[in-house]
Amino acid sequence: MLLSRILNMRLITHNMLTSHVKGVTNGYPLIIEATEVEEKEVDFNPEFISRMMSRIEWPALVKAMEWIGKKDCLPEEPIENCEKDNDFLQKAHHALMEIEVITGSLKCPESGRKFPISNGIPNMLLNEDEV
Amino acid sequence: MMKLRQLEIELEEVLKFKNPKVYLEQYMTPPHLAACLLHMADSKFHDIYGKTVLDIGCGSGILSCGASLLGADYTLGVDIDEDALTLFRENCSMLVPSNSVECLQCDIRQYMTNKSFRTSFDVIFMNPPYGTKNNKGIDMEFLEAATNMFKTAIYSLHKTSTRKYVCKRAKSMGLDASVQAELRYNLDATFTFHKVKSKDIEVDFIRFTPTKQTVK
Repeated sequence: MLLSRILNMRLITHNMLTSHVKGVTNGYPLIIEATEVEEKEVDFNPEFISRMMSRIEWPALVKAMEWIGKKDCLPEEPIENCEKDNDFLQKAHHALMEIEVITGSLKCPESGRKFPISNGIPNMLLNEDEV
Repeated sequence: MMKLRQLEIELEEVLKFKNPKVYLEQYMTPPHLAACLLHMADSKFHDIYGKTVLDIGCGSGILSCGASLLGADYTLGVDIDEDALTLFRENCSMLVPSNSVECLQCDIRQYMTNKSFRTSFDVIFMNPPYGTKNNKGIDMEFLEAATNMFKTAIYSLHKTSTRKYVCKRAKSMGLDASVQAELRYNLDATFTFHKVKSKDIEVDFIRFTPTKQTVK
């Protein structure tokens, strides 16, 4: 079967994940340690990105890009009226939608617990003693 | 908006589990049923188009595919089972054109006491295990975990025979339960322990919303 697209973890999803290890109070954002990253072009939908902006934690996205090794692709802070700025939205689109982590791990910033990513799927399962 | 019949035709393409796991109750929500439920959520309550959706116990991905086809902004499927997620990805990549679906492996019950996702999802869909095989009450555990993670509504399926109990438990979690439909759900002969070839169970399709007092 021809697969049109494999759904690997992108930064839009990383932006929502926290560490839920028992006792951890500040488990966000998870540190990305990527060993395999792919960039894939995705159709730009400015209305969608504009809507998503209110749901995105911008500093975490900036950090994520830094961990991926693309530090200078995003402004440190969203510009004023960013929801209407096409150039800004394109950059946000690229960061959120076009970078995929295939292999690596997500590290809890507090406990250091690593959640592996393989085949593009983060594994957030905890052991019984970590719940 | 996509018509109900069109949605159903699309969802009929969703591949089923080759070797469903009994202990995870991996039977697929029938395409006709999935299409009806999703279409109702979108047309009656405007809970899908432009929304963020979490699909708990996503399995083969039929609800995520449907939500995405109806225009959800972003859909995340979560499941405990790696094989389910492999199938989920296969189905979504085949059926969903918009790159708006992703998945994650986790045990949603581990999100009951600890922190959940950073942001809440607008809407949660789930067809939880009914807890018929040695894991009684698991559908309530799913619901309890879901209450930490949503803004507008949770849509879920529960056995009609447990309705009174479900509504009572929901109330204690700060949820109003509104039964949207009573369904007869045909479980095919997915699992060998089913004695008859095909077995109908009665299921409620319930929309849960925060009770007024708990609205922040």
